[in-house]
Amino acid sequence: MKTIDSIPADGNPDAYETLILGIGNVLWADEGFGIRAVGTLNERYEFPDNVRVMDGGTQGIFLLPWVRAAKALLIFDAVDFNLEPGTLKLIEGDDVPRFMGVKKMSMHQAGFQEVLSTAELSGDLPGRIALIGVQPELLDDYGGSLRDSVRQQVEPAVQMAVNVLTAWGIDVAETSDNAALVGPSALDIDKYEQGRPDFGGTTP
Amino acid sequence: MVSVTTPDGFNLDDSGKRVVVDPICRIEGHLRIEVNLDENNIIRNAVSSGTMWRGLEVILQGRDPRDAWAFTERICGVCTGVHALQSVRAVEDALGIEIPTNANHIRNLMMLAQHIHDHVVHFYHLHALDWVDVVSALSADPKATSELQQSISPWPKSSPGYFSDVQNRLKKFVESGQLGIFANAYWGSPAYKLPPEANLMATTHYLEALDFQKEIVKIHTIFGGRNPHPNWVVGGMPCSINIEDAGAVGAVNMAWLNIVSDLIDQTIDFVDQVYVPDLKAIASFYKDWNYGGGLSSKNVLSYGEFPAYANNHTNASLMMPAGAILNGDLSTVHDVDVRDPEQVQEFVVHSWYEYPDEAVGLHPWDGITDPRYGLGPNAKGTRTNIEQLDEGGKYSWLKAPRWRGNAMEVGPLSRYLIAYARGKEDIKEQVDRTLAEMDLPLEALFSTLGRTAARGLESSWQAHKMREVYDEMMANIKRGDVATANMEKFDPSTWETDVKGVGFGEAPRGALGHWVHIKDTKIENYQCVVPTTWNASPRDPAGNIGAYEASLLDTPMVNADQPLEILRTVHSFDPCLACSTHVISHEGEELTTIKIR
Repeated sequence: MKTIDSIPADGNPDAYETLILGIGNVLWADEGFGIRAVGTLNERYEFPDNVRVMDGGTQGIFLLPWVRAAKALLIFDAVDFNLEPGTLKLIEGDDVPRFMGVKKMSMHQAGFQEVLSTAELSGDLPGRIALIGVQPELLDDYGGSLRDSVRQQVEPAVQMAVNVLTAWGIDVAETSDNAALVGPSALDIDKYEQGRPDFGGTTP
Repeated sequence: MVSVTTPDGFNLDDSGKRVVVDPICRIEGHLRIEVNLDENNIIRNAVSSGTMWRGLEVILQGRDPRDAWAFTERICGVCTGVHALQSVRAVEDALGIEIPTNANHIRNLMMLAQHIHDHVVHFYHLHALDWVDVVSALSADPKATSELQQSISPWPKSSPGYFSDVQNRLKKFVESGQLGIFANAYWGSPAYKLPPEANLMATTHYLEALDFQKEIVKIHTIFGGRNPHPNWVVGGMPCSINIEDAGAVGAVNMAWLNIVSDLIDQTIDFVDQVYVPDLKAIASFYKDWNYGGGLSSKNVLSYGEFPAYANNHTNASLMMPAGAILNGDLSTVHDVDVRDPEQVQEFVVHSWYEYPDEAVGLHPWDGITDPRYGLGPNAKGTRTNIEQLDEGGKYSWLKAPRWRGNAMEVGPLSRYLIAYARGKEDIKEQVDRTLAEMDLPLEALFSTLGRTAARGLESSWQAHKMREVYDEMMANIKRGDVATANMEKFDPSTWETDVKGVGFGEAPRGALGHWVHIKDTKIENYQCVVPTTWNASPRDPAGNIGAYEASLLDTPMVNADQPLEILRTVHSFDPCLACSTHVISHEGEELTTIKIR
């Protein structure tokens, strides 16, 4: 079993060269896309020790130490492209900050644009950046999970990530026995969905 | 209303022009502020509205109480650990689980690190720009900046060349045209009072604070197994300790503990040599700006935090004491009992929720979260595009928590006032010394800057407490006690069928409580009352206004189009409205609308 998320001996963000970051909030329906995608990628693939697969939640500026330490950064997120729900897009390089700033819900959005901007000011913007974004269908369903249009894109998003990482020269190997999770097991998608209280519909 | 006096003694007048600021930038979450100005641009009425729904019941009911911490960690963008801690405490309280001594020490270290980290990030990255003009820093003389730095602190990064390098970097960044982090400020406003050299010094430390942040997260990684979102467990902490050479892989070993010790030293240095001197330097230019006191001179509340002894959350154990002060009477500190149904209650008469009887408040164990959205009769605009709220009706997604019916301010300043009034020697000495150095009376604390200063002083107190806690933990480990968790009652078959518990303590922003009701091993009801709900609270049935609302009153605005003064005061509370909305334009700029009617 791989020990993703268990700390290296020095507990140091500098121990990683590549950061694969899922951001969003699993509690707000399609906002959970980034976390679910990064979880699936981690379950299915193995990476070298200097690659960190991270559930970044909505930590915003608190993710900065990890972003600054990275030389390559791949982000999964729900992004409002003003396109059909479930549309999947790959954005690379200088365009990423612009798309991270597109109108949408949740606080990590503005936060993450600031993170990239601050990383640049401190001279530590990763040399390679890519964003795999999906157009959300529904966000304001508190306690809800991914809608079908977005759920169907998790697998293609993971494939897209494998292609990007391979193009970056990173060893990506399929694995069938990776039980490590990127987040606490209580938030595992099956457990999360099955345990949802029945309140008869979505929240206001 | 045109002019009224509230029961808590504030005069409100809504006859003047209305200014709407939505959203307030550089905070976590979504907050809307509306104020009325008189003919001299002085704020005479203030309205604070949390504009997004949150209700934990809809995600937690029926779930395993041992998992609740993982969910509550996700309700907020930044205070993950403090929610997780109160959640495991609430469940431990309900089930009668006692945690081992080491778990208590480790939790204290995790919390102290989180508080300091949060305070530093808040000051440099969210709040400093309300006082520091980054653009003015470009015209500073690096040599004079170096002299200023050396006159206030022994911090070694102080050479003219160093400041010149930073200035060049900053110039390049600003000239690139993408202000990014520095957008949404009002550069050049006469409300900024620092000379260019002080602006350059503070901006330089903005960058150094980023490096500090990179270090302090390691404490969470070492004890919580991961960062972000460290692991927690009902019964203690989920790490094992092994200080023998041939320790188990993955256990916290001596090398890691030494790293923690080094990090504590670095934290003490940064806070005492950079953060606190910066605060004093900045404050010395704003001594005349003594607005924003609001409720702080009247009603303040703290649940207390950092128990010295495991499983003892009384003032005999709490290093930061609990208590409540009413009507500014520092000679009487009331005891707080979070289980008493008469003390902490939430009202919804001005909140977008429904109670069977909205004249009464509900204790969180009996809390109801039943949403009912709608605007008051005098609101302007539509349900989906509000131009102006009607504070006579329902106007916020935040409930109105009250202590014995009183609106209370919470946060570092409240903690410090309570500790001071309780005669806690270390804090009293630190406060008196700082005020004497700055030639200020105690009353100066009741202000926006007092709130900001208390946060910095508390960071220093907390950094030195980390050292004490660490030393005690090491002494305990060396005595042979390596237990970190008590799993005796982890199995649900050992639980009683119907129990209630409460986890309470202090988040960086103030008093935080989680109340849980467990029935047949599942969560029956779960309510959190978070610090920002206290501070950003709407009005209650008696007409008492909340802490944000009170703090904005009587503040003159230099320019009604540039709500710098509103940002300053609201930011001084370190707002965090969990699960919220930001509105961003397609160009990537945050659309803060400022409307004047």
